[in-house]
Amino acid sequence: MTVTNVEKDAERLTMRITAEFDAPIGRVWQMWEDPRLLERWWGPPTYPATVTDHDLTPGGRVAYHMTGPDGGTYPGWWKVLVVENPRLLEFEDGFSDSDGNPAPDMPTTRTIVTLTEQPDGRTSMVIDTRFPSLDAMETLIEMGMVEGITAAIGQIDGLLATDSTA
Amino acid sequence: MVVDLDDRSTNELFHALADPTRRDILVQAMRGDQSVSTLASRYPMSFAAVQKHVAVLERAGLVAKQKNGRERLVRTEIETIRLAARLLDEIEEMWRHRLDRFGDVLAETDEGETT
Repeated sequence: MTVTNVEKDAERLTMRITAEFDAPIGRVWQMWEDPRLLERWWGPPTYPATVTDHDLTPGGRVAYHMTGPDGGTYPGWWKVLVVENPRLLEFEDGFSDSDGNPAPDMPTTRTIVTLTEQPDGRTSMVIDTRFPSLDAMETLIEMGMVEGITAAIGQIDGLLATDSTA
Repeated sequence: MVVDLDDRSTNELFHALADPTRRDILVQAMRGDQSVSTLASRYPMSFAAVQKHVAVLERAGLVAKQKNGRERLVRTEIETIRLAARLLDEIEEMWRHRLDRFGDVLAETDEGETT
């Protein structure tokens, strides 16, 4: 398990997730900076990501899509805000309409990635996410596809199992 | 959610959840803004059939219907904060999987790499 800490705030709709990797900071940064590496971990195996545009500079854009098992594609995009190689990356994460253009009326998620080299050569990565609304979170979960829906059903069933023994 | 369930209520709850369409309605109704008609358009069955599913969920206390003009909106009976917490849990799960993949790809790129 690479995740060492998770903090969630259901009122502010924020999440901070901390992960540690046994690799120097430069190689961890590469995972974001190299589009061929990014697309290998961004999407789940059932909905793999393809990165079509990748400009990791302030004001730059990243365009990608997930491909579903039935061949359907689900486009997304980043608007890059801050880049400080290899320590800091900040971007807005949004969804596209069926033409692949950013959906202007859909709110965006703000993500800040902070990399820190540890004294022992390992790298810690903190991902801070701020969600604009419950709707956006639901859309994100839908884009996360199978995992999200399965988790939702599991949680509902779990909650009922708890209540039935009360 | 409901506490102190008697056997009949427990059975109603489990009956309500036993059907995949009803489970999907429950997830959709978490948005709180879906009319029965909007919900019905998602499923390959008659409007009356969807109404029956909603009625089962309503009897089990899982959803409530709210008047919105001429429409009836179906809402899952949980507070917004608990919904937000649940959604955050799902997103955490998504990121955990994503970071596992991150670690796997990172380990792969270690082989033969010069830094």
